[in-house]
Amino acid sequence: MKRVQFSSYFTQYFFIAPQLAIILIFLYLPIVQTFRDAFTIQDAFGFGRYFSGFDNFVFVLSDPNYITALKFTLIFIAVITFFSCSIGLLLAVQANNVIHGKSAYKTLLIWPYAIAPAVVGVTANYFFSERLGILYNFFNGLWGFDWYDNVYDAYIYVFIAASWKQISANFIFFLAGLQTIQKSIIEASIIDCKSSFRRFWTITFPLLMPTTFFLIIINITYSFFDTLGIIDTTTIGAPSGETKTLVYKAYIDGFRGLDLGSAGAQSIIMMLIVLVITVFQFRFIEGKIHYN
Amino acid sequence: MSRVFRITITHSVLIWGVLLMLVPLWLVFASSTHSNSYIYNEGMQWKIGGEFFDNYDRVLNKKGGFTKEITATRIFYNSFIMAFGIATLSVFISMMAAYSLVYFKTKFSTLFFWLIFITLLVPLELRILPSYQIVSDLNLTNSYAGLILPLSASAIATFFFRQYFRSIPDELLEAAKLDGANSWKFFIDFLLPLSKTMIAAMFIFMFVYGYNQYLWPLIMTTSEKYWTVVMGLKMIYGGNSVDRYAYVVLSLLPPVMIIIFLQRLFIQGLFQTK
Repeated sequence: MKRVQFSSYFTQYFFIAPQLAIILIFLYLPIVQTFRDAFTIQDAFGFGRYFSGFDNFVFVLSDPNYITALKFTLIFIAVITFFSCSIGLLLAVQANNVIHGKSAYKTLLIWPYAIAPAVVGVTANYFFSERLGILYNFFNGLWGFDWYDNVYDAYIYVFIAASWKQISANFIFFLAGLQTIQKSIIEASIIDCKSSFRRFWTITFPLLMPTTFFLIIINITYSFFDTLGIIDTTTIGAPSGETKTLVYKAYIDGFRGLDLGSAGAQSIIMMLIVLVITVFQFRFIEGKIHYN
Repeated sequence: MSRVFRITITHSVLIWGVLLMLVPLWLVFASSTHSNSYIYNEGMQWKIGGEFFDNYDRVLNKKGGFTKEITATRIFYNSFIMAFGIATLSVFISMMAAYSLVYFKTKFSTLFFWLIFITLLVPLELRILPSYQIVSDLNLTNSYAGLILPLSASAIATFFFRQYFRSIPDELLEAAKLDGANSWKFFIDFLLPLSKTMIAAMFIFMFVYGYNQYLWPLIMTTSEKYWTVVMGLKMIYGGNSVDRYAYVVLSLLPPVMIIIFLQRLFIQGLFQTK
């Protein structure tokens, strides 16, 4: 915090008022409504609404489709975070080493950051469409790939689409992280250790931990929420709901199925999941990081 | 390992990375320049065809939608308004909020801080139904205000401004106070000019964020007059028509161009450390 500050109440409130007004109306009010929906049941004609305790939650959690979506979401988050982080890191390390053409590589690797998930989904769709999709035919020739029918093939399809989009974001942050590492540390390590592979894992990678920590949160948020546009333009849950993420399922149940109680309960379960993941990371992972 | 060998490896990894990014886009672009029946029968193409002008002219100017009055040009215009509105408004109000959080000390500061940052846990996707309900109660469906306002409070932008302000040395405020600057003058004459790079970076970030919105405009707009580019992918073009290839290329151009040409500003702002 600042040592010197202003102490005018009026100005302080004036400056923060627009932000607070918008979040109160468009964020907190909806959240309150979500809680109301989750703990009440509306009759079929929309006239009455009565308190139902945890009925909606029991209903949601005892639905096998929900458990399927929960499992898929967790796998989805882990796979996307792992692949997009690794490829992003690999490219960032190489781009940081290169002397000639650094900025050209940077530009050519950064631009997919700006593409909307839904656009990525439509593009992936071209590669995986049944009759003429290049990757569909290639994988089909290898092991009879058919995502319309096979759950694991459908996984591969959405994993590829969703990871591809996120490589650039990871690349940008890892490259920036690498550039903050002091040259003198790297030079000293070159004298001590000949193997560049070992040098990377013992010196560079630990120094990158704050970036990695930040990126893990970013990637989890991305795969949890932002991939809705990808699912909606690729498998739409195919073969039969196995590739629905929790967010996508809540959207479909709420908007297409108009089941407010179920959608509300699903939202609250997801808030809890995000909260648990966040707290877990701050407690267990951040404690192991050395900030220099 | 010899030096030459290592350099070769470095470059080949990077070239594979670049190809991984570029090849899908190239195939979509090349395919968008062929005739419809050719693409329908043959699938994606590696080579450029001869229908570039016809296809793109048709996609941009063809009247579509239910009423046959909406062109892609209009849809692009809507997306620009939405993205520009979200970027301008969110940069403005996040900067103000961050100023209030960093430079004022009162008993509510901590409460305000948590009120703003807890919103990171509840993105729009989690509260889409009630958000729609509220916007519709306020009569804001099918309006630019409805597209812009609910997305213009950004905890991330506020966080970046807050970090940036905190990194500014205390001496600046002390000196400004000695010169007789009050809280308004300090904000306008000192902080605004100092934050130029950060403002630019956040503007780019929020512009891309706003332009790329999919779900919100999809549920918010029932009138085609307010359709945006990204949701148009689902609403206008289905199937494997060549028009959709052209539309995909057009739809990703604006944000990609912004990131390519303004990348220095964007990256400088994001990783600015004082």
